[in-house]
Amino acid sequence: MREVAMADHTKKRDYSLLGESGRTAVEMGLAAAEWYHTEVPRKDMKALMQRSDAPAIRDTIIWLGAMIILAALGIYFWGSWLCVPFFLAYGVLYGSASDSRWHECGHGTAFKTRWMNDAVYQIACFMIMRNPVTWRWSHTRHHTDTVIVGRDPEIAVMRPPDLLRLILNFFGVLDVRHAMVDMLRNAFGVISAEEKTFIPEMEQPRAIFIARIWLAIYVVMIATVIAMGSMLPLVLIGLPRLYGAWHHVLTGLLQHGGLADNVIDHRLNSRTVHMNPVSRFIYWNMNYHVEHHMFPMVPYHALPRLHALIKHDLPAANPSMWSGYREMIPAFQRQLRNEDYFLKRELPATARPYREEFHAELAPAAQ
Amino acid sequence: MSGNWIEVCAVEEIDEEDVMRFDHQGRTFAVYRSPDDEFFATDGLCTHEYVHLADGLVMDEIIECPKHNGRFNYKTGEAKGAPVCVNLSVYPVKVEDGAVFISI
Repeated sequence: MREVAMADHTKKRDYSLLGESGRTAVEMGLAAAEWYHTEVPRKDMKALMQRSDAPAIRDTIIWLGAMIILAALGIYFWGSWLCVPFFLAYGVLYGSASDSRWHECGHGTAFKTRWMNDAVYQIACFMIMRNPVTWRWSHTRHHTDTVIVGRDPEIAVMRPPDLLRLILNFFGVLDVRHAMVDMLRNAFGVISAEEKTFIPEMEQPRAIFIARIWLAIYVVMIATVIAMGSMLPLVLIGLPRLYGAWHHVLTGLLQHGGLADNVIDHRLNSRTVHMNPVSRFIYWNMNYHVEHHMFPMVPYHALPRLHALIKHDLPAANPSMWSGYREMIPAFQRQLRNEDYFLKRELPATARPYREEFHAELAPAAQ
Repeated sequence: MSGNWIEVCAVEEIDEEDVMRFDHQGRTFAVYRSPDDEFFATDGLCTHEYVHLADGLVMDEIIECPKHNGRFNYKTGEAKGAPVCVNLSVYPVKVEDGAVFISI
């Protein structure tokens, strides 16, 4: 096991992938490090990792089928207030459920059959406005260097937290702005310096190609809006990423919000939260987030079983989203005054302790 | 066949459609038993990042890295899916008297 020292937090955090914090993380062994894993017998892990098409086929039929029905009803009632509830529900399936589908299919674990993963991945990426090439690679980096400042391109809440930004993103405002800028930049053949740090050169032309296809689709949509004299086409395609984003933000913030950064134990930087079955359908069980980060090869439908198997070694799951937010929001508020503050997750007596030789310096910051 | 044959394990120690880690003199390997009851061996670490393939999932002729789900054909070492781009080295394997041997 490589020796790892804690990053020096007397310096302000630099979240740029080209900045000082990233260089420090590499020097200190936090980048591409060996992370803590709960021991799971090989036989059990094999069973958990097994792929199956059936659950994802069922869920995809429900997801897309419901969208078609809701869209049809929204179109039918278009022009009256009666269309609103249908579009609100449609929006969540488009602008939030697509997030979990992008995620799971990007891992290749949703379906057993490769082309099914790829097809749903492309559809979900379009809905959530994440270039399928760029985000596959950024997510790879997120799993390698989870919440390592200057290395992880997917840190949702930086320190000190920007609470206005958080609120705006419940309506997808900033994410969509970034997505449009990225799409236009890529469509014009430009890969940014930050993107180049995690997208291999041979993959960059594909990112550009896909951005151009998407741009063409949105141009057609806008032209259709103008031709029809109606916003309906955009209400169906594109705008749901704004008005339907709230659920994926609500659930997604809980993944790492208020927890440790610059550690190599997912029990410290990730959170598992029990959720209602509707949210878990939309979220595809990503509420089991410690489990997912520890064992990303376990498909979403097996995560509850994995949780049951290893929960003795993990901090207790939050019993609800409300519970998660009750601890997370005050943590954000404290981080406004002290950006090194974080919630240190308590372990049960049955758990292997945190490796204090790597994380001892966390203790003062958690107070 | 030339090369240094090293005994890895008894045949029954590797399940069908599974993989086992084998370390020898500072090097690490992954030894596979295919669904057709044939044995293969590759480098033990994913070419993408420092991750042991023996913790991954074997599906038919594919080994999937447990960290980022990169895929290799373990029979040929060919990288089959992002984020893996570099092939694995493969090593000859034989079975003799109920034991698996690798030539390195």
